[in-house]
Amino acid sequence: MSVQTYGWLVLAFPLAGTILLGLLRPVLSGRKAGYIGTLAILLSFLSGLGALNKLQSRPEESRQVVSSLWTYAKTAGLDAQLSILIDPLSIFMILIVAGVSTLIHLYSTAYLASDEGYVRFFAYLNFFVFSMLTLVLAGNLIVLIVGWGLVGAASYLLISFWYRRNTATKAGLKAFVINVVGDVGLVLGSILILKQVGSVDLVTIFHKAPEVFHSNDTTLVIGCLLLMVGAFAKSAQIPFHTWLPDAMEGPTPVSALIHAATMVTAGVYLIARMHPLFQLAPTAQNVGAIVGAVTLIVAATIGLVVTDLKRVIAYSTMSQIGYMIMAVSAGVYGAGLFHLMTHAFFKALLFMAAGSVIGAMAGEQSLNKMGGFRKVMPITYGCFIVGGLALSGIPPFSGFFSKDDILYGMASLGGWHWILYVAGYVGALMTAVYTFRMIFRAFHGEQCEEAQSLANGRLFHAAEHRNPGDGTLEDTGVGFPGAKHHIAESSPPMAIAMGALAVLATVAGVIQLPHITDTLDKFLEPTFSDSPTFMKAIDYNLLVIGMIIGAIVGLAGIALAWYIWIKKPGTSAKIQARFSGLHRLFSNKWYFDEIINAIIVRPFAAAGRFFQGTVERVAIDGGVTAGSVSIARVSSAAVRSWQSGMLRAYAAAVVVGTSLLVLYFLLNS
Amino acid sequence: MTQLVFFIAAIGAIAGAIGVIALRNPFYGVLSLVGHLLCLAALFLLLRAEFLAASQVIVYAGGVMVLYVFVVAYVGGTEESLGASRGWLRVLTPIFAGVLMIELVIASLGSGLKAITTKGADISPTFGSPAEIGQALLTRFLFPFEVASLLLLVAAVGAVGLARRRDGYTVGSIPLKAGAIPSVPPKGTGTMAEAAGDKPMTGLSGGDS
Amino acid sequence: MSIGWYLTVSAIIFAIGAAGVMTKRNALVILLCLELMLNAGNLALVAFSRMWGNIDGQIFAMVVLVVAACEVTVGLGLIVALHRRDLPVDADELSEMRG
Repeated sequence: MSVQTYGWLVLAFPLAGTILLGLLRPVLSGRKAGYIGTLAILLSFLSGLGALNKLQSRPEESRQVVSSLWTYAKTAGLDAQLSILIDPLSIFMILIVAGVSTLIHLYSTAYLASDEGYVRFFAYLNFFVFSMLTLVLAGNLIVLIVGWGLVGAASYLLISFWYRRNTATKAGLKAFVINVVGDVGLVLGSILILKQVGSVDLVTIFHKAPEVFHSNDTTLVIGCLLLMVGAFAKSAQIPFHTWLPDAMEGPTPVSALIHAATMVTAGVYLIARMHPLFQLAPTAQNVGAIVGAVTLIVAATIGLVVTDLKRVIAYSTMSQIGYMIMAVSAGVYGAGLFHLMTHAFFKALLFMAAGSVIGAMAGEQSLNKMGGFRKVMPITYGCFIVGGLALSGIPPFSGFFSKDDILYGMASLGGWHWILYVAGYVGALMTAVYTFRMIFRAFHGEQCEEAQSLANGRLFHAAEHRNPGDGTLEDTGVGFPGAKHHIAESSPPMAIAMGALAVLATVAGVIQLPHITDTLDKFLEPTFSDSPTFMKAIDYNLLVIGMIIGAIVGLAGIALAWYIWIKKPGTSAKIQARFSGLHRLFSNKWYFDEIINAIIVRPFAAAGRFFQGTVERVAIDGGVTAGSVSIARVSSAAVRSWQSGMLRAYAAAVVVGTSLLVLYFLLNS
Repeated sequence: MTQLVFFIAAIGAIAGAIGVIALRNPFYGVLSLVGHLLCLAALFLLLRAEFLAASQVIVYAGGVMVLYVFVVAYVGGTEESLGASRGWLRVLTPIFAGVLMIELVIASLGSGLKAITTKGADISPTFGSPAEIGQALLTRFLFPFEVASLLLLVAAVGAVGLARRRDGYTVGSIPLKAGAIPSVPPKGTGTMAEAAGDKPMTGLSGGDS
Repeated sequence: MSIGWYLTVSAIIFAIGAAGVMTKRNALVILLCLELMLNAGNLALVAFSRMWGNIDGQIFAMVVLVVAACEVTVGLGLIVALHRRDLPVDADELSEMRG
């Protein structure tokens, strides 16, 4: 089978999976739906491997394969095919997305086993994987926008999966609305590019861009900034990030898949894919790098103070994606994508382990109520440690190599990028601190009630089920989480998935040992060969110094966290009291929600109320509707007055009419 | 000679017509119409329509008008004078009636038909005789003849059906009141006024409503 | 007398009949005025029949006579029915068709 066939199969399997699951919902009992969904994504992953194999057997110049099924839209000025672009970048993304998705599907077969919406969950999850694969395989801007939009829709469906929870539906709406803002940016940027270049096909655009645009052309800069708006909204960068913490209302596998490994990396992918355009617009590149750096610092500071377990990991995601955005905006593509891959592994692992802990806590998510799970949940604890070490950038785990690759790339660019370099290490320190804060608070210390019951061999069951966010009472029917919770220690699928990711998080670093293996850079070269910053000669001294600094920073962070939370337990309270202003700023998430509410939400709501009250009520209801009604009524009353019921009047009318008619004929003859 | 007869008959017909509308008592109006009809019969004779003149006198004046007399005697009713109509009708009527008359005169006289100014085409002595009319009726105009008789039948039956008593006779002279016939109309029927709420649904409104 | 005279007389009678229909209130008198108009028509028909020398006009006038008779029958029947129910035989009062 050819590369193109494998490419289309990658898309076909998840689509078939979702349709099948949707149609067969009534007859699928037990865990069948989960296995079907997992199988669909596994087949997609295998097709991706097949495509990789076939692609690598081609000579390097011809590793950008475009395959088109049929003409999607052909009008004046627009010729859009339903086409996919298979090149190293898209294969890379396919393998990450499909691979991590397979493991998450496997995990979910056990995690959500007692949920009434089991089949629906897997249908939605397959739909999401299909949309994400469409996005990364898109061969032209139209298909890209379609995939982008579908991913947003899938995210909405999955965040508000437990749809009877008010908090979940509100979070889903918030995510969708902010994503739509990004969609608008993406579409407008695409239109600008289409107008200038004259084509939506990606390969054509990349070839023509240097001829059409001169460097820092205003239109191109605006177009790239608009594309970046889309990227930032999807990847939860400032100021479009407020949806990501709320998106933790979704089930944990959703957080693992969408909001850690795949959807939020779509922005990184977009910038990497459109790099020929970004390289001609250095202004946009600089904006992206700065936004990435700012996000990583801000998110890390918030992560230091939040108490919800999943939200700590969410802010950590935001921060790490800041690293990636910083990297691909500045032109350091290989490192950015490498970090994307390793981050997918360890972040999904962390989320899965967090799901296990939440299962043990019977749905409770607050760190304040957790403690002492170390001895009773060894597998989960081990996965947390592995993921945490990778996240903090400790050698030899994968996160170390990828993060240092990025920061080396910043340093090698020189100039004002040194500020970003320093910011990166500050962020790394904070990352280590909050990661191990989370681990130490959840697993060390005094055993909480749930841990004790687990120690006695019984999984804690809550007497009444409550919303972990606002504490309202819920039942366990459809639209709510099921009554039973599952932990990794007792569900083999969960343990297997987590174990696989733990292994990957540990060893994936060897793929890109600088100048020793360099596999990833070499693999991606056909895509990025036109970039001046790709695969430059490596300054070894700088690299080694960077790696040493990175390791020291990471270990220092862990040590700091150990000191504050284990060695001297009251220290965090003292720090909180001392820096109470800062603490308030961080725990209110830098007041972004409040600012956005004041600047955007309130005016829009006021405008909406104004339009409803005044324009709609007066002009439309009063003027158009009632106006036309009253016109009809008045005119019909006027006509009705002719019907007096008086015979003589009718007779008179007949005579008058006759005489006029005769007059007319007389005059005409 | 003919001119004299013509003028007398014409003036008589017009006078009878004016009498119909000017006289207050409808009985006198009927009698005036009878006179009008007789003058009209004279005019028909002048126009060599003998059979028609005869049937006009016998059928119309002798039959239809007698029927009229009976009904007027039964129903009666007075009539106000000619000049006392409602405001706008008062102005409108003479104007448009006059206009209509003038138009018709202009139409007929000014129509360019050369024969208007003559006495008419040359005709045979049997023109208008019963023989000729009978021949026309039973050969060329057989179908209208038969349909006309059917029409007469329908009218007769209809008139009987309309005017009959509905509930039998009463002993003595107790007058029939409105509502003697089950008069509540079925649901969903009624006049426009009742539907618009101008008049309450009382079946046949009359008497004290 | 030329035919035109007869036509003039017919027009005058027709106009008088029309004025009567428009003006009168008593339903019986309205019917009488209708008869006037029909007779005017008859006169015109017979005049034209004489003008062309064709008997068809007289046949037509005879049919009009029949129709007038039928119409009077039914109309008078209606008026009798009205009178039976103690309703006023007055065109202005009988205005239930207003609206």
